[in-house]
Amino acid sequence: MKGRDTILSIRDLEVTFKVRDRQLKAIRRISFDLYRGETLAIVGESGSGKSVLMKSLTGMLESNGTVSGGSIRFFGEELAQKKKPREWESIRGAKIATVFQDPMTSLNPVRTIGSQIVEVMMKHQRCSRKRAKQLAIELMERVGISEAAERFDAYPHEYSGGMRQRIVIAIALACRPQILICDEPTTALDVTVQAQILNLIKQLQQEEGFTTIYITHDLGVVANVADRVAVMYAGQIVEYGEVEEIFYESAHPYTWALLSSLPQLGQKGERLFSLHGTPPSLYHDIVGDAFAPRNQYAMRIDFEEEPPFFEITPTHYAKTWLCDPRVPFFKRPKAIEGLHQKMVMIYQGGNVSGNREERSFSFNSRS
Amino acid sequence: MGTEKKEVLVSIRDLEIKFDEYVAVSNVNFDIYKGETFSLVGESGSGKTTIGRALMRIHETSKGDIFFKGKKINQKVGARLHKELIKKMQMIFQDPAASLNERATIDYIVSEGLRNFRLYKNETERQQKVREALLSVGLLPEHLTRYPHEFSGGQRQRIGIARAMVMEPEFIVADEPISALDVSIRAQVLNLLKKLQQEKELTYLFIAHDLSVVRFISDRIAVIHKGKIVELAEAEELFLNPLHPYTKSLLSAIPIPDPRLEKNKKLVVYTGEEHDYSEDLPKWKEIKAGHFVWANDAEEKRYRMQMKIG
Repeated sequence: MKGRDTILSIRDLEVTFKVRDRQLKAIRRISFDLYRGETLAIVGESGSGKSVLMKSLTGMLESNGTVSGGSIRFFGEELAQKKKPREWESIRGAKIATVFQDPMTSLNPVRTIGSQIVEVMMKHQRCSRKRAKQLAIELMERVGISEAAERFDAYPHEYSGGMRQRIVIAIALACRPQILICDEPTTALDVTVQAQILNLIKQLQQEEGFTTIYITHDLGVVANVADRVAVMYAGQIVEYGEVEEIFYESAHPYTWALLSSLPQLGQKGERLFSLHGTPPSLYHDIVGDAFAPRNQYAMRIDFEEEPPFFEITPTHYAKTWLCDPRVPFFKRPKAIEGLHQKMVMIYQGGNVSGNREERSFSFNSRS
Repeated sequence: MGTEKKEVLVSIRDLEIKFDEYVAVSNVNFDIYKGETFSLVGESGSGKTTIGRALMRIHETSKGDIFFKGKKINQKVGARLHKELIKKMQMIFQDPAASLNERATIDYIVSEGLRNFRLYKNETERQQKVREALLSVGLLPEHLTRYPHEFSGGQRQRIGIARAMVMEPEFIVADEPISALDVSIRAQVLNLLKKLQQEKELTYLFIAHDLSVVRFISDRIAVIHKGKIVELAEAEELFLNPLHPYTKSLLSAIPIPDPRLEKNKKLVVYTGEEHDYSEDLPKWKEIKAGHFVWANDAEEKRYRMQMKIG
């Protein structure tokens, strides 16, 4: 889009894994741009390739996986060709940092919290140990650890799950990265803690100006954080657009299925919508649209030819033949029509306001 | 659901559970009616699983009573009642991978309960029961000789459900049965649980941290915080008229899958400092029919006022 500053540009990216002499194509020609300062959410179910995609941006693919095609341009630098760990050192952690789902996998359980932050500080900011400690305590305070100086020498097990994730965020931000990848950062946390962590990342993003990529399967989290959303299925992005376009104007039947499965849309006594079948095996070449066998709206062409991306608006694209101009019209499933009105009904108990500007929202009972 | 004349299946009175000196759960009072889905919602460490496990007689209790069909079960029970309870009360676990024996075939896993308690007359009857249980959860008899790792997460959860169903239970404690599953699989498992409930007249205690899922499946919901149930009401009532500040905070924290609502909502933070319990002590109080809250006299008065206006 015009007027937006692209900081990461991915074109026709392919990632292949070698599993017992067989080739598994986990990422099948993905292209997208990331704009400076935005929050992009990548949504998909397990096995869709969303985590593999992120690992390919930081050279963290498992040893049997390789970028087998396409390019990843980051500030004019080509990341897709990097192979050796040393080539990644200036990028990984320094310019692109990742926060993982389980903070305990990122933290060393037998070393103090403070020493782990100091290590990163010294490595990337090239400062003295004393200065690093000072910076580390400041950073701990910034991510919401009260009495940071006293807690500096504590071990990870002495912290709660939410506090550990705050520390992981602190370590990720220690080198002032340009891009922060959040891989299901709150899935292991309680809802009240999750809400605080999401707010913390937002607040830090405003202060530091970094760009965020969220990987999640939780559409509630997507609604909370995202400016733009990309939906992944079977190693490809199948639809992307601004967050409201994806929630209210979605065009791909897989996105429809994800939204329709929301338990909030369930009616008591009726069955919840559920998607049948399983995603295709990525060991084989896929003919046509990968979603076709599970797609109740599939047409004959879906089984024969892979659809291109069709433009719906300048910001919204969907990879489905339903959007081909030759298709006279398509209708979104009833379950997700008027999603916003339905959610207002559900969460505000019938106070559907016709006024779209009135968006204040609180849970204090209707009074 | 009306409140009149419902058969009480499970009844918990003034329950307390201690781990050594640590009081994990206290002052727990609720009934579960036959045929309903009762949900216990709370965050990690709140004690929700502890209550579920006490019901299953896995944890000992330190005070209070648990009744199943009028019989006290949180004490030593006779051999006959023991066998009946093993059959009638079953549990489904969160992580289907961790709760299934990886080295056993599906046939072995599903029949284990039957074998341990000799709940069949002959081999033909055992096979018959296992088959039926498998079919009832949407798996096929040819799956019997396979191992858990050959199945997807959703299918493994079905195996866990079949293992419970084969005992022909009346009451099932489902501890976060869908938390580990993908969004589209969740709906399948929820539909299956609902179908089984209707067909077999099952009663569920659903233990969960996710209020949005619970709302759709529950008749009534109890919210638990730090070992105490702070509020209990019918599902819609709880969502539309939450009284306890912790319930409000929990409700405000659930991400709403709607960007316009979610991006503009106000987070209600609960610290516990909202309460002044220095003299006026809290008790379990019914504010209006079927809507209970843990409150002291001053709070009760306020909640009643709020209800009338609201």
